[in-house]
Amino acid sequence: MALFARTPVAPLEYSRTLWMRLWVGAVMVFLYAPLVVLMIFSFNDSKRNVVWRGFTTKYYEKAIGNDQLVEALLNSLTIAALATIASLVLGAVAAVMLWRFRFPLKSAIDGTISLPIIVPEICLGVAFLMFFAAVDWPTDLVWPFNLGAITIAHITFCFPFVTMVVRSRLATFNREQEEAAKDLGASEWQVFRDVLIPHIKPALVAGALLSFTLSLDDFVITYFTSGPDTITFPVKVYSMVRFSVTPEVNAASTLLILLTVALTFVALKLQGLKAIAETH
Amino acid sequence: MTETARPIIQIQNVSKRFGKVTAVDNVTLDINAGEFFVLLGPSGCGKTTLLRMIAGFELPTEGKILIDGQDVTGVPPNKRPVNMVFQSYAVFPHMSVADNVAYGLKIAGVKGDEIKDRVAEALELVKLGGFETRMPDQMSGGQRQRVALARSLVMRPKVLLLDEPLSALDAKLRAQMQFELSDLQEKVGITFVTVTHDQDEALSMACRIGVINKGEVAQLATPSDLYEYPANRFVADFVGSVNIFEGKLTLDDPDKAAVDCPGLGKVYLNHGVTGPHGADVWIALRPEKIYLHVPGEGKAVKAAAQDAPDGYNFARGKIKGMSYLGDITLFEIELESGACLRVSRPNLSRHDQEDFTWGDKVSMHWRADSPVVLLG
Repeated sequence: MALFARTPVAPLEYSRTLWMRLWVGAVMVFLYAPLVVLMIFSFNDSKRNVVWRGFTTKYYEKAIGNDQLVEALLNSLTIAALATIASLVLGAVAAVMLWRFRFPLKSAIDGTISLPIIVPEICLGVAFLMFFAAVDWPTDLVWPFNLGAITIAHITFCFPFVTMVVRSRLATFNREQEEAAKDLGASEWQVFRDVLIPHIKPALVAGALLSFTLSLDDFVITYFTSGPDTITFPVKVYSMVRFSVTPEVNAASTLLILLTVALTFVALKLQGLKAIAETH
Repeated sequence: MTETARPIIQIQNVSKRFGKVTAVDNVTLDINAGEFFVLLGPSGCGKTTLLRMIAGFELPTEGKILIDGQDVTGVPPNKRPVNMVFQSYAVFPHMSVADNVAYGLKIAGVKGDEIKDRVAEALELVKLGGFETRMPDQMSGGQRQRVALARSLVMRPKVLLLDEPLSALDAKLRAQMQFELSDLQEKVGITFVTVTHDQDEALSMACRIGVINKGEVAQLATPSDLYEYPANRFVADFVGSVNIFEGKLTLDDPDKAAVDCPGLGKVYLNHGVTGPHGADVWIALRPEKIYLHVPGEGKAVKAAAQDAPDGYNFARGKIKGMSYLGDITLFEIELESGACLRVSRPNLSRHDQEDFTWGDKVSMHWRADSPVVLLG
């Protein structure tokens, strides 16, 4: 690596200056060192995961063989998928409505719609606990209906994020395109389908990614809304850690990280990285 | 122009108010089938609002709009037999060129084969043959505009509306597109209605021009009539460059008239004005209609010396400013009265610009039919 460049460094070529490289390196270490350690120690041949005692993959087998853990992961993925779809629809509709129409109490709705993002999660969690108890929400439903409460809670804090990204995308929409489509004979619905949806598509992908990952790794709110049969992955990991930090937890977490990265990668491929970057 | 002029668009007593602001004020206007009509006016004069009312994007507060004899006042834009080319072109960025052009046909339910043929034909018309699979972001502004044109023309509208079609193009391309648009209009025979604030654009493309000022039609005329016979001071000043002097009508016979201007002196005309005697009028004189010469050399000297108004008008002054523009030189001449007169002089030879310089005493003359007498 050409850390010490032979060609002179241009005035604005900060990426080639030593101090900038050191800084970027430090940031990378800060961000990823814990994850890398977690991954490395998932291969540690030791029950008490503190000292390195040799390489093994047996904890991966153990994690995959752990029915409770697999069930929790399945729950998490199901909730995340449902919450994402619902958040996308709700969030996009809310964004388009706030952007397109004037109606009474609009500014009030505009102001409160992002409240679930701001309110501390613990408050939301307690609120949901009280709410579901108050309405006597049934807890003995069959899978996947027993995940209803958690899914509803997740939708609540996911859809404002979708609304936010879709709105910022809508702000760049050229209204003349809408008029052009109408001028060519399109109805309101056809304008929406053929012009507006394609325009906000990158924001929808970004919003879906956000929702999915937010839902997948949420602990606090889920902890308050989950029952004995509806353990999600983060809640399960937490309960495992309470007994002891075994490499099995590391292995399971590593798998989850890989899954998330793969999903993100697919989504970015699907949409094109540039288009998503443009939405922000 | 056709003798059997048939109005395709009839705007009848149309007004448009946005709150307290009146954008269009009681406009009545007929646009004939097959003509290239230009709505010309300064920004904010209401010309775009008028166009958008024809397209159906704005509803008139009062009045009626008829397209081909049918009242379309309340008809939504997607049901009108007109199409529009937008100022930003509004090409759909996520569709290829062919899909853009085909969009309206698909909505209209035209069959696949016919769509293909008509799209190809329309693209050929705007010289974009072979660009079918291109995406809009791979094209220049001029090309995107052609896509927008093709997208509208493919619908075979009764009227094509163009909102400031050339404003986003650079000067060379603009001049070229002016010719191309005129050609295209002749070729397809569709009525074009264009909105512009650029008088060159209007003069070069239009069959007829409607000059709009403060929401009202200031004048409706052919380009040459508009330039040579402006109806009022606004039109005279807005279209082209002009010297305007206030004066009193002192002589008004069927075959001659005279206006006494404090700034310019007595201006003689070889035709009657039919204005009230002694009325306050304005004289409008185009800079290129004034001949500039060294005192004592002009052919009008004798006539003016005898105060014989049958030949030319005459004035004296001093060159206060000049700007050499290549093809012409603009002079600002201070008259004996202290008023200023703008004169343009074509540089017919390579040395013409050396004839005069700052501070030179000069004489000017102009034909007795050159000044326009304006009553308003």
